[in-house]
Amino acid sequence: MTKLLHHLGLYFIMMKKVISIPEKWSVFRKQLVLEIEKVGLNSVGLVIILSFFVGAVISIQTAFNMSSPLLPSYLVGLASRDSLILEFSPTMISLILAGKVGSSIASEIGSMRVTEQIDALEIMGINSASFLIFPKIIAAIFFFPFLIILSMGIGIIGAWVGGLSADVATADFIGGLKYEFNPFYITYAVIKTVFFAFIISSVSAYYGYHTKGGAIAVGKSSTTAVVSSSILILLFNYLLTDIILS
Amino acid sequence: MIEVRNIEKHFGNNYVLKNVSFIFEKGKTNLIIGESGSGKTTLIKILIGLHKIDSGAVLFDGINFNAIKTKEQRILRQEIGMLFQAGALYDSMTVEENIMFPLSMFTDKTEEEKLNRVNFCLKRVNLEGKNNLLPAELSGGMTKRVAIARAIVMQPKYLLCDEPNSGLDPKTAIIIDNLIQEITKEYNITTIVNTHDMNSVMEIGENIAFINHGEIWWSGNKDELLNSENTELNNFVFASKLFKRLKQEDEKC
Repeated sequence: MTKLLHHLGLYFIMMKKVISIPEKWSVFRKQLVLEIEKVGLNSVGLVIILSFFVGAVISIQTAFNMSSPLLPSYLVGLASRDSLILEFSPTMISLILAGKVGSSIASEIGSMRVTEQIDALEIMGINSASFLIFPKIIAAIFFFPFLIILSMGIGIIGAWVGGLSADVATADFIGGLKYEFNPFYITYAVIKTVFFAFIISSVSAYYGYHTKGGAIAVGKSSTTAVVSSSILILLFNYLLTDIILS
Repeated sequence: MIEVRNIEKHFGNNYVLKNVSFIFEKGKTNLIIGESGSGKTTLIKILIGLHKIDSGAVLFDGINFNAIKTKEQRILRQEIGMLFQAGALYDSMTVEENIMFPLSMFTDKTEEEKLNRVNFCLKRVNLEGKNNLLPAELSGGMTKRVAIARAIVMQPKYLLCDEPNSGLDPKTAIIIDNLIQEITKEYNITTIVNTHDMNSVMEIGENIAFINHGEIWWSGNKDELLNSENTELNNFVFASKLFKRLKQEDEKC
């Protein structure tokens, strides 16, 4: 418990330093573009592959479990849509991004810490926490929702392809997609994603920024960052779902 | 000039610095020497504000670093150039970007002006034309020289060097030592070098502080060092057979 409070204290102290007006906007803009590429664009391929195949598997499994003639086949489209929009795209993709992006952030900042690059920034008179972490958080908050919306679209295409192989007619599948569609589901998914993006970028940066030691410590920070971010994502997933949907 | 007054620092129950007072003079290469674990790295980290002191004061030309606001400390830090033991160059940036970085952060110079300044600094450290290399492509000596170029790009008033010769062969070490001394004289800045390399001491030691068990046991210049009667200092400086023999020959003369 004491350890948890210690980490929380350090986290909030760091965040107070992070959230500050950039020292030079032209440098911040350059950093932001770089971070959008590292944090967001480099994950597009992974998101597309995962979403397509998971979408396909969801629809095949749904079709397999709805073999009763009493159940309409448009249910495959409906179930795939809701599974992808409500849970898979925002939560599962965020968990995967916690692994990919989170470990990358923690190890990058951790390496800079152990090789005194962060000290060099401080000595130059630069707020190192803000300079290194703020662009990553902004990039994640703004880019992750696009990734999640992309995931929904590709996932649905995957579900359609999977549905075809399970003999679900395209017209039935599209009917299921449209059936009682509530656009708020997308807003809900985006709200969750924004929270998850903040958790992934800030928690991973926290572990990287407070790395002490050498190469082993960098690896440990990276692992701890992924584990902590994943647990927090699951916890906030529950809390946000409870707050928003109920 | 940098002055430390009655500095005390401890980590837990371990006292690292005890009542340390010293004046690092302007226009001279000031050396902090001592065994590993004697407290010299802690002292240099205190000077640059990476460690907070328990008591005492650090004065940069009369300005008490610990008594001013964080924002003012940041401005003061822009006048300090620091050379880290391993260089601490930014991995993702080229040599040119590394040196240009402080200029981009703190000045409104045009790209052309910044590039001219970078090229001037690279020329000063004999690395002309190496602009587009990445830190991973540099040798140990080149890394140190790029770090020196980055440290002087903002024309600092103070240059702090943490073991600049570690990991370098004796010939390159002398080149780095001489470069540091030349820059000190050329820009008339206060330079502090933290070292346990006796070649450096004999080469550039103009104002030396010997730290032992967290206290300053001796101070003077390289000539005074040779004639010192301080046993602890002699045990440290003349630990190698070569230096012992040199001292004996010096005494015979």
